[in-house]
Amino acid sequence: MTIKGKAYIAGAFEHPTRKADDKSVAQLHAEVAKGALEDAGLTKNDVDGYFCAGDAPGLGPLSMADYMGLKLRHVDTTDTGGSSYVIHVAHAAEAIALGKCSVALITLAGRPRSEGQATGTAPRVLPAAVPDAAFEVPYAPATANMYAMAAMRHMHQFGTTSAQLAWVKVAASQHAQYNPHAMLREVVTVEEVVNSPMITDPLHRLDCCVISDGGGALVVVSPEVMRHLRRPRVKLLGAGEAPKLQLGGKVDLTYTGAVWSGPAAFAEAGLKPADIKYASIYDSFTITVVMTLEDLGFCEKGQGGKFVAEGNLISGVGRLPFNTDGGGLCNNHPANRGGMTKVIEAVRQLRGEAHPKVQVKNCDVALAHGTGGSLGTRHMSSTLILGRE
Amino acid sequence: MAMAQARKIQAPQVLPETKPFWDAAAQGRLIIKHCTACHQPHHYPRSICPFCGSDATEWRPASGRGTIYTYSIMRRVPEPYAIAYVTLEEGPTIMTNIVDCDLDAIRIGQAVRVVFKPSEGGPPVPMFAPA
Repeated sequence: MTIKGKAYIAGAFEHPTRKADDKSVAQLHAEVAKGALEDAGLTKNDVDGYFCAGDAPGLGPLSMADYMGLKLRHVDTTDTGGSSYVIHVAHAAEAIALGKCSVALITLAGRPRSEGQATGTAPRVLPAAVPDAAFEVPYAPATANMYAMAAMRHMHQFGTTSAQLAWVKVAASQHAQYNPHAMLREVVTVEEVVNSPMITDPLHRLDCCVISDGGGALVVVSPEVMRHLRRPRVKLLGAGEAPKLQLGGKVDLTYTGAVWSGPAAFAEAGLKPADIKYASIYDSFTITVVMTLEDLGFCEKGQGGKFVAEGNLISGVGRLPFNTDGGGLCNNHPANRGGMTKVIEAVRQLRGEAHPKVQVKNCDVALAHGTGGSLGTRHMSSTLILGRE
Repeated sequence: MAMAQARKIQAPQVLPETKPFWDAAAQGRLIIKHCTACHQPHHYPRSICPFCGSDATEWRPASGRGTIYTYSIMRRVPEPYAIAYVTLEEGPTIMTNIVDCDLDAIRIGQAVRVVFKPSEGGPPVPMFAPA
């Protein structure tokens, strides 16, 4: 049994806002839902499955399903941080394949920017019952310094440099310049990245993604429903998900869960990295991208720095155009959870609806990857492979 | 040169399962859990071994010596500090801070030894300083 060919992404919508001080979080969820449903040519009364994560206010799916007036026979609130929404697409396909729903709505929204969250540098606060809390919280792990530790080790073990990491941001900025909604539209150089203020060694400000408000939504449907819709046919080919954990103290920060989620997705799709025409790679930080590229098999372990420094991520220039909306590094990382926008841009590319300056020619196979949690401790990796039919 | 400054350390929550660890810390001793079934130490301490699933785990003293596996200096805060992972002589790699040193002199592979620092209203917390 497989999800290959069992579901289609019929609707995709990214909220245009990046600062939503005039909207509530629930309202943002409902607005992106409406946008994605209209994109699909469906209405909220067609929805019978709903997927959301920790950014949805209330108990699991209940408050948002209530706000939107949905009538549901399937829900899934798998919360793995930013990777949740990539997983939701796969889980929606699983439910659809089993006949548990036929129109699945997935929403994400939040307002960390309007609410003044010091996302990257504020030490994490955890409930006492979390078993690792007492052994981590006293040391003030924040988001940025956890990822920074992975970067330091990668540099030590493989000779990766800050200049190489900077190429990830440079590539994203080359794409963002064409996105009128992107938070940061200025093209930057490697020098500008490495000269930006150091946040936590070795990550500079420009190695870190934006903090933005907004959100996005997806509508995943059965083949039967897709037959009646007019949107380009974006088919699910394969998916994989795996956590990477601390292994009881056998810590190795040089690889991510993509070493498991990637091969699983490729195996299900019957494809290889060389078949991918466009990739949305979770870009919370530049190091996240470099390590993920290695783990997905786009280059050898330890060669990620070299791969990106050759300009390979730049559309029209390199072998693996990535994050052509500008990614989390330049465009949008709404609610501090970037997985939704990763899938949305992959859908745009497959539909031929990316900006003409960054649209990949004959983009018929794309990959979207999410990394949720922390590279420095425990995270969830989720890989999705999509095709245009 | 950026000297590590004394940072207010949030008190760790002591749970029934982990009380011996914090009792030892209050006496300046580092102890880690060891599984008598599969003979592997682990950290953070659990009652059930994360490798073989046995509940035959026991506390053993650790030497307090280790080497720095990785670190990062958080700069964009009023008091810069070094978060790190230290690989203990006994095997496990544990999250910690590097203290009592010049932050800019910290290096991966550096030999360190455990020191216990007071927390705000809680037990002392193990950290590491250059050996």
